[in-house]
Amino acid sequence: MATPLIVSEVAKAFTMHLRGGIRLPVVANVSFSIRAGECAVLGGPSGAGKSSILKMVYGNYGVDQGQIIVDHHGQLVDLATANPRTVLAVRRDTIGYVSQFLRTVPRVSALDVVAEPLVARGTARDEAHARASELLGRLNLPERLWSLPPATFSGGEQQRVNIARGFITDHPVLLLDEPTASLDATNREVVISLIEEKKLRGTALLGIFHDADVREAVADRIVDVTTFAAGKAAA
Amino acid sequence: MTDEPLLRVTALSKYYGSRIGCEDISFDLWPGEVLAVVGESGSGKTTLLNCLATRLLPTSGTASYRMRDNQWRDLYRMSEAERRFLMRTDWGFVHQNPADGLRMTVSAGANVGERLMAIGDRHYGNIRSTAVDWLGRVEIDEERIDDEPRAFSGGMRQRLQIARNLVTGPRLVFMDEPTGGLDVSVQARLLDLLRGLVTDLGLAAIVVTHDLAVARLLSQRMMVMKDGHVVESGLTDRVLDDPRAPYTQLLVSSILQV
Repeated sequence: MATPLIVSEVAKAFTMHLRGGIRLPVVANVSFSIRAGECAVLGGPSGAGKSSILKMVYGNYGVDQGQIIVDHHGQLVDLATANPRTVLAVRRDTIGYVSQFLRTVPRVSALDVVAEPLVARGTARDEAHARASELLGRLNLPERLWSLPPATFSGGEQQRVNIARGFITDHPVLLLDEPTASLDATNREVVISLIEEKKLRGTALLGIFHDADVREAVADRIVDVTTFAAGKAAA
Repeated sequence: MTDEPLLRVTALSKYYGSRIGCEDISFDLWPGEVLAVVGESGSGKTTLLNCLATRLLPTSGTASYRMRDNQWRDLYRMSEAERRFLMRTDWGFVHQNPADGLRMTVSAGANVGERLMAIGDRHYGNIRSTAVDWLGRVEIDEERIDDEPRAFSGGMRQRLQIARNLVTGPRLVFMDEPTGGLDVSVQARLLDLLRGLVTDLGLAAIVVTHDLAVARLLSQRMMVMKDGHVVESGLTDRVLDDPRAPYTQLLVSSILQV
């Protein structure tokens, strides 16, 4: 299928029960789709709901209304209503995610953190480690760090571990939440070329990039999130 | 992942007289899946766990378990002997207080070996070498194999209890506040060890905890309980990052940031 991800009329609000039930609308009527081999970038100022959209697509945030249809092994799954087990299967095989911050687990080495998504899909540990080493090498993470848990790494080092972890698999859909925020120019270039390679291989990418240079280099299309402002739909 | 769950729980309720222990709980647990049950003291989470592990009999509702031969059995209609056998072989139960799950006056090695003997292992050399192997996996020095758990620290006792439970290769482990009585650095080590073992062995587990960080680290799914009811359930990261029920929001917002 040439359009692995379709977001249709999605709405999201937060209800703050501890604050007297205040309802904070985030987005409404979010509709867009991404084709294979395309990189769409969510555009708009902070607070427009870019991250919330990304998190809904990953199943990390609940969806109040609408559908998020993903092609999972040739079957169409609606992530807005899928049960937890289906969401986990989609994450394992279909939708990858590079989060803004790495959630570190004590005592697990950087190499294992990166290799884990492959191991979870049944790749032999040696082969997964080889792929992980290759990616960490490309991202210029010093080799002496590979066997250490990333908890003590700098922000940029952790981010590179996170990027390697997200890019190691061949998931048909890849979500990127500011993957270049704390990288230097050299490593930003590496990420841009990694994204180009994904596109050539037919991955559908959806990202948030505050860095204008990176955005211009990778974006095929900007999805303007301000048009989904929840207030607008109500007014 | 298999196509069939391991455990099916339907409308399970337990009353203590007119008081609710837990009420109308239903869920499925699949092989290799870790479910966290969170909530404050008195929310019914331990009552639920004890009902599932057949340490308590529910007032109503059913729980079925898929045995190793793929036959479904109603847990509350099994004979006492069958239940005990299940408990000693295919299940584990990790208590908050290791003294409840260990025999404090026999050696560490015997604590691990006892479960093997219960399933018919009679070869002393094999039992001892398996015990040594398991002590290693839970990071207890082999030299301590003949010591009694009375002489162990709290963290070591808890690790020994885990080894005792996992040595028979169970498919389902119940854990009641497994890191409860331990200080923070010991907790982190234990959690990490548990996480590794659960992943490597493909265990299914039901973990009762009031600690959301434990739930985040160990589980894929979670149920939030209050006053005997499940108020919210779902993927662990979804429940913690986008809590919807008022009580879950209170729980999540009560975590102190370090």
